[in-house]
Amino acid sequence: MALNLPMLKVSYRAYRVWQRDRDIYLNAWSTELWPPFIEPILSIVALGMGLGYYVTDVDGLSFIQFIAPAFAATGAMYAAAFECSYASFVRMVYQKTFDAIMATPCTIEDVIGGEMLWGTTRALLSAVVVLLVISIFGLTQSWWALAIPLVAILQGLMFSSMSMVVTSLVPTFGGFNYYITLGITPMFLFSGVFFPLERLPENIRWLAWFSPLTHAVRPIRALALGDVHLGLLWDLVWMAVVALVLINVSLTLMRKRLIK
Amino acid sequence: MRDVVIQAKGLTKVYNGHPAVKGIDFEVRKGECFGFLGPNGAGKSTTMRMLYGFSPITAGQLSVLDMDVEREMRRIKYQLGIVPQEDNLDEDMNVLQNLLVYARYFDMPAKLARQRARDELEFWQLWERRDARVFELSGGMKRRLMIGRAMLNRPQLLILDEPTTGLDPQARHMVWQKLRQLRAEGTTLVLTTHYMDEAAQLCDRLVVLDDGKILTEGEPAELIGQHIPTQVLEVRGIAELPDQVRTQLDASHALVEQIGDIFYIYSDDAELLRRTIDLSCCKEVIYRLSTLEDVFLHLTGRVLLE
Repeated sequence: MALNLPMLKVSYRAYRVWQRDRDIYLNAWSTELWPPFIEPILSIVALGMGLGYYVTDVDGLSFIQFIAPAFAATGAMYAAAFECSYASFVRMVYQKTFDAIMATPCTIEDVIGGEMLWGTTRALLSAVVVLLVISIFGLTQSWWALAIPLVAILQGLMFSSMSMVVTSLVPTFGGFNYYITLGITPMFLFSGVFFPLERLPENIRWLAWFSPLTHAVRPIRALALGDVHLGLLWDLVWMAVVALVLINVSLTLMRKRLIK
Repeated sequence: MRDVVIQAKGLTKVYNGHPAVKGIDFEVRKGECFGFLGPNGAGKSTTMRMLYGFSPITAGQLSVLDMDVEREMRRIKYQLGIVPQEDNLDEDMNVLQNLLVYARYFDMPAKLARQRARDELEFWQLWERRDARVFELSGGMKRRLMIGRAMLNRPQLLILDEPTTGLDPQARHMVWQKLRQLRAEGTTLVLTTHYMDEAAQLCDRLVVLDDGKILTEGEPAELIGQHIPTQVLEVRGIAELPDQVRTQLDASHALVEQIGDIFYIYSDDAELLRRTIDLSCCKEVIYRLSTLEDVFLHLTGRVLLE
């Protein structure tokens, strides 16, 4: 049975699109390279030093020990989500970059594939930077932490494809408000980043399972603390399945939107 | 048998129940400049989008460079240069980078890309501005860069959708001159326009498109002679032609059209037209040669430019 999956239509030319996004990023290196360092440092100081004085024990850890590894996951999430929503939308609608690229042998699948790969790359970069920062502060406790970038790649792909679905649907910039306010922000607050999921009332705790960020935070925190067990693979499978589905959905919707 | 670069039979495009292109046939030959002349909404851009794969065709057949657009679009694109109606240059990069990045989509090695980029920038007189950001360029420069970019892969066929719309006269003439040069060098050109002077000056052959259908086709000069007399009087500022004038014109079978408050009087008889000028008591009279715009007016009762 030949599967007509949109994903299979992505050719090596997606890399060419990735290269373009990378070149623009490097062009703007003076404004792009340092913020990912500053944000986690500020968070660690404010939350660790400040709030951590009052919150002293979270499941046997200090407050900052508990939240710091999760910042690698949130950093990856925001990087991928913003790149494949706002940035891609600007390229698609205002700059008409996608049209320009499709006037070459690149197809829409190549373009969107490349955009998602770039979103994934930005997620990886964010996660690596956060990892470096928290390691310097002594907040990683295991060599397993070196595997965090791999989880970030999977997470980045998932959030890139998710954002791309939204981008393919919103008519204007304003449409992203729903995504950010009702999607990204609740995830940020309720996926086990700032407090263990056990604190959620039992009758709504199961909702956290549906948050993509939950399945990134759990393995990343475990890797940082050296708390590794096979059950974490389920989180990875969750993210992989969601990524695969959303990659294909976003490619289909984008083709529908742009090729009329 | 001359090489046919584009062949369309019964080409149709329907958007959501709205037919934009209604079964047109045309043929573009190698090395010529072929034009689609028509007002806004005629279906020119839609036809172009079908040619370069941005819109799937609803019905009919379309082959470009002997390849079917529905099956081999990617291969066709290697041989195409596409200049759409709206500029889509990368605002975040400078002029030279725009070309280098674009060349990469064609798998061009870096060294060749740099050479070709230089060639195009020099041809379009933009080499001195190669480090400029795109937003610093004038409209004319941006359009020249768009065309130069489209030529990077040395395409056999260059497709231009309204190439000089929005440009000042100086920029327009420069673009025309360069396009003529490209044609002389062997590139086949296909362009759409609603400017009759552009069509008359650039195109070897053209079709006149209106409301999704082809009204007529041929060489610009032939088309004029085919449909209307060669000279025309444009008379403005009067509500109705004086009876005296009317009788004379009717007697000599002159063609009279009226759009709004302008009368167009067509005739091959220069004497008749000169007499008419004397007889009309209005202030504004223009005596000129007939153009493609007049052909369109005659065929549809409307003007090309709103």
